[in-house]
Amino acid sequence: MAKRLDAKDLNIYYGKFQAVAEVTLAVPPRNVTAFIGPSGCGKSTVLRTLNRMHEVTPGARVEGEVLLDGEDIYAGGVDPVDVRRTIGMVFQRPNPFPTMSIKDNVIAGLRLAGVRDKSRLDEVAERALRGANLWNEVSDRLNKPGGSLSGGQQQRLCIARAIAVQPAVLLMDEPCSALDPISTLAIEDLIAELKKEYTIVIVTHNMQQAARVSDQTAFFNLAGVGQPGKLIEIDDTEKIFSNPGQQATEDYISGRFG
Amino acid sequence: MSMKDEVVSRPAGQERETGSMMGGMGEQEQERGERPKRVGDRVFRYLTTTSGLVIVVAIVLIGFFLLIKAVPSLLADSTNFLTDWRFDTTGGKLAFGIRDMLVVTVLSSLLALVLAMPISLGIALFLTQYAPRSLARGFGYLVDLLAAVPSVVFGLWGVLVLGPAIEPVQRALNAGLGWFPLFSDGNVSLAGGGNIFTAGVVLAVMLLPIITSVTREVFRQTPVNQIEGALALGATKWEMVRTTVLPFGKSGFIAASMLGLGRALGETIAVLMILHTATSPSGFSFFDGGSTFASKIASAASEFSEPLPTGAFIAAGLVLFLLTFVVNAIARSIAKPKKEKA
Ligand SMILES: Nc1ncnc2c1ncn2[C@@H]1O[C@H](COP(=O)(O)OP(=O)(O)OP(=O)(O)O)[C@@H](O)[C@H]1O
Ligand SMILES: [Mg+2]
Repeated sequence: MAKRLDAKDLNIYYGKFQAVAEVTLAVPPRNVTAFIGPSGCGKSTVLRTLNRMHEVTPGARVEGEVLLDGEDIYAGGVDPVDVRRTIGMVFQRPNPFPTMSIKDNVIAGLRLAGVRDKSRLDEVAERALRGANLWNEVSDRLNKPGGSLSGGQQQRLCIARAIAVQPAVLLMDEPCSALDPISTLAIEDLIAELKKEYTIVIVTHNMQQAARVSDQTAFFNLAGVGQPGKLIEIDDTEKIFSNPGQQATEDYISGRFG
Repeated sequence: MSMKDEVVSRPAGQERETGSMMGGMGEQEQERGERPKRVGDRVFRYLTTTSGLVIVVAIVLIGFFLLIKAVPSLLADSTNFLTDWRFDTTGGKLAFGIRDMLVVTVLSSLLALVLAMPISLGIALFLTQYAPRSLARGFGYLVDLLAAVPSVVFGLWGVLVLGPAIEPVQRALNAGLGWFPLFSDGNVSLAGGGNIFTAGVVLAVMLLPIITSVTREVFRQTPVNQIEGALALGATKWEMVRTTVLPFGKSGFIAASMLGLGRALGETIAVLMILHTATSPSGFSFFDGGSTFASKIASAASEFSEPLPTGAFIAAGLVLFLLTFVVNAIARSIAKPKKEKA
């Protein structure tokens, strides 16, 4: 059920401002792709076009194609709601629904998809929470509000919520940036685990993290303030970190940036 | 009290620390450097506490004053204050009860609330979630403008336009649902619509801007990351509203409605203009006439030269005060848990 994702000639705008230009990249299934690059270069923007979250921002629009197993998610007649059900997303700041219980948070996506069968929901909730390495910590308080967990637990709850619907692709925007090192490691382990079943794209500012968890790495950069961000190169993570094809990538990775 | 304790105890605590912690000079200096700020804090706290106290004292004094004025009249009342429907203070002999004023006040306000709540909720949702931005601004401005219309204009509108216009509706309701007490024959004629029903509808229109503007602001504050979380899960617009905006804004909406209810309970001139005088007791019907506490008191202002009749109206005013107070307390208790969570 993991699918491949191909972005072709993406030009992404916020109103009149072009934030990203000419991005073409391929994300193979059952694979972790990391997006790295300086702040403001458009990593989040590209990520959000991959599940049609970009257009939620007023005035935002996208040119180009994003193919999910060959089918353009931006084709006319495609409902963004369906796209988002197939391509899950985890945000930088954990955002469980505060008024819902832990369990209701996990099964929120299934409820939206119309699943009502109680035993099925219970089963999925447990599987997703186990999948997110959270089950042992919360199994005795599934009816407590989602906001009652620690930040790291909340983020894993959000991951459980995203994988409960078994998405074809999972997008993560700096999922560990609000977390302590231990929770970060827990989530990195989880990503290694999830890779067996899901296609994953992760934005990160942490080079070591990119090197640890990803199979391929995309480096984005921007020429200057007000200029659109561009994809400089995308290649196997090992190659990017040992012998990148572009000088800019090497400078960024070795900290000789700016 | 506790403030005084702190003022006294803090310097003492500091001295002890100075004695024991020889090495902590940097810290000491830093603390001393902060002192002027703390004095400012203390002054500010005294000022705010004092102004808070002034309000409490004022309310207590007003209540006390009203009570003193009301008691002699209540003692002179020749009928039951709570259960008699007549409010007769003329001709030297007091015979006044609040039954019908209470009925008319509560019925008209509740009807207004029942009509205004769903409409306000709809407008607030439309303005914050569905309307294109340009439209939302103009439309929102229009709703706010509604709050600026003087209530005497609403009264005129009720008497001249709305009353006659909804008279057929009232007749139909009365004919079809007359078996139900709320729609049974009233104690005034349906002609012209000078009854609780019309008053309730007019009050509802007056409540719309109040409930809408507060609700709109609360909805607008729904955290973006919640909204995006729901959308990223594949929620439709309405599902997103249901899972994030509504739970987030629910208590604010209810508090806004209670605020509106308080307004409806105390509305005077529009109701006074609309309601026809009743000559028999209310049968708890929307088609009754009569008066609310506020409209009764306002209409009797000319009698206030005599202390005993005046006291009778003051007693009625106290009941209204109590009613509003209870409504506010309820609104507060509903609105509070939200604040603690946020
Ligand atoms: N909602 C928005 N409206 C207008 N411009 C935006 C918006 N969001 C982002 N931008 C602009 O788009 C560009 C790319 O932003 P983006 O958030 O994608 O960067 P990023 O690479 O994710 O940065 P960071 O690493 O700091 O998260 C920036 O110039 C930013 O100012
Ligand atoms: Mg970002």
